[in-house]
Amino acid sequence: MYKLFLRSLISALFMLGFSLNANAEFKVGFVYVGPTGDHGWTYQHHEGRNAVEALGIKTTYVESVPEGADAERVIRQLAQSGHDLIFTTSFGYMDPTNKVAKDFPNVKFEHATGYKREHSNVSTYSARFYEGRTLLGHMAGKMTKTNTIGYIASFPIPEVIRGINAMTLAAQKVNPDIKTKIVWVFTWYDPGKESEAAQALIDQGADIIMQHTDSTAPVQVAEKAGVWSFGQASDMQRFAPKSILTSIIDDWAPYYVERSIAARDGTWKQQDTWHGLKEGMVAMAPYNSAMGSDLVKEVEQLQKDLASGKVHSFTGPIYDQKGNILVAEGAVADDGMLAGMNVYVKGVEGDIPQ
Amino acid sequence: MSFDLNFIGILIGAIMASSVPLILAASGELITERSGVLNLGVEGMMIIGAISGFALMVVTDNLFFAVVGSMLSGLIISLIFGLLTQSLLTNHVATGLALTIFGIGMSAMIGKNFVGIPGKEFPLLFLNLKESIPFLGPIFFGHSILLYFAFGLPFLTNFFLKKTKIGLIIRAVGDSPTSASNQGINVTLVRYSCILYGGAMCGLAGSYLSLIYTPQWIENMTGGRGWIALALVVFATWSPIKVLIGALIFGGITILQLHMQAVGLRIPVQLLSALPYIMTIIVLVVISRDSRKIKLNTPTSLGQIFYKEK
Repeated sequence: MYKLFLRSLISALFMLGFSLNANAEFKVGFVYVGPTGDHGWTYQHHEGRNAVEALGIKTTYVESVPEGADAERVIRQLAQSGHDLIFTTSFGYMDPTNKVAKDFPNVKFEHATGYKREHSNVSTYSARFYEGRTLLGHMAGKMTKTNTIGYIASFPIPEVIRGINAMTLAAQKVNPDIKTKIVWVFTWYDPGKESEAAQALIDQGADIIMQHTDSTAPVQVAEKAGVWSFGQASDMQRFAPKSILTSIIDDWAPYYVERSIAARDGTWKQQDTWHGLKEGMVAMAPYNSAMGSDLVKEVEQLQKDLASGKVHSFTGPIYDQKGNILVAEGAVADDGMLAGMNVYVKGVEGDIPQ
Repeated sequence: MSFDLNFIGILIGAIMASSVPLILAASGELITERSGVLNLGVEGMMIIGAISGFALMVVTDNLFFAVVGSMLSGLIISLIFGLLTQSLLTNHVATGLALTIFGIGMSAMIGKNFVGIPGKEFPLLFLNLKESIPFLGPIFFGHSILLYFAFGLPFLTNFFLKKTKIGLIIRAVGDSPTSASNQGINVTLVRYSCILYGGAMCGLAGSYLSLIYTPQWIENMTGGRGWIALALVVFATWSPIKVLIGALIFGGITILQLHMQAVGLRIPVQLLSALPYIMTIIVLVVISRDSRKIKLNTPTSLGQIFYKEK
């Protein structure tokens, strides 16, 4: 009897604690797929969180949350413990985010790189990384001697395929002979596997290594092997000072700040954001002078043109691998087509794994 | 795929490099199991070795200390297992599993401050010979000292178990602890030593990953290699030489699938990652049908708790 009383007292206290918490100050939660120190994808989201925190808004984060059953549990837990706005920062959190959003209509959710907004409290946001890939392709096409570009890909989703296509199109423009070799590692973050993949590509004759995975392992392998590489998500220059030509940087901070303030002030509305070089959500790390000042100038000009809209990464004519036309001459791919891209363009080798 | 000889040499060299942690961990675990102790904590001891090696490298800036330190840390972690299973007589399987979970959590905690620090370059031997001799060059030269050690270890282990007195004692303890004890052998002491040796080798295997293979610290960086090493011991039917062959097969699967992808061949990746375990199950089925084969190498008292009556 006494134990029962104690138990109910404790749970009552817990409930009180939770509800007090819920009524207290405005809080923002973040769910990360990797560790904050990956110096890639998650690191940049964490920088965004730091910017929100700097405003005096209270934030919480949970790192290294696997995409799967755990994700829903973590998101639900954040929603339950009084967070008003929750950023879920990986593609695989798409369904769990929408599922939890249904049960917590008063909590706002922001899902990165996804396309499902099943409830009015779910927004999606992403960056036009492919604009960065266009710049990478231009440099790769000019810098390769073996005409072979090695590409470490994570999962066969539109975002990754778009990057491969944008890079290949840009490289073909300056060097029609290039080949893109792709290795799928089926992980966002496994340095062992990523470096094995990089080594395999180098052994197969690639002298440019590009990655759509989050660790610094591939650029380190490239540095050791003396081939060129590009950093992913954040400036990886110090991990491979000689090899890295530039890095695509994701800058989430302005968006996180804007959305957090909106949610706090009650002006938050559902939206789908897709920002690029123009808005600064995609930025480029300093260009390596080893590629020569002429090429640096060229790339800087291309970067300006992409930002101003004068050049589009997917300008027709674009053909798929079988030679069917995807984008007509003179036209540009619309966002709907980009968002659902699931075929390779002509010049990419191999098939997309299922 | 370009099939020139030099390329095949490079490929074999890469496969050898990827099999080193498997050989080291499995050779250590093999000695432990031959003494009758089943330590399922290989993955945990490896990851502890990986973080301690890397942390020591960062702190002391000395690779020798880092490598030795990783072995010591593996040894200390396995001492916990030894205390529990040998002195407190807990169940081997449960304790080993707990050790793995403990190791992964513990390493992540220690590793917090070491994430994202670039590693130091580990010296590779005979680099000039690697370049100058086609085919054989990339196979035999340009590796780290740990690789040469790993490839010698199975032969040393074989000699040790078959030809030395201590090896005989270990096998006796693994096959029948009671008779060994009656002969005046201190079973607990022998088992403790074998557990500690296994721990040190697993620690070394972990440091190979964090110091040489991918020179940085990443949470969970062993990525299941400890489990593959455990499967490997069974796959090799407790024979050191077969451990070497098995490690090359298991390591080869990973490397080859990446190369096949790079040339455009498509194979289901998931099937390939399951292959080491599938092969182990097949071997288990085959040997369990033939009692003579089991008797040959299998430590009969594997996983059983030994209690000396006083």
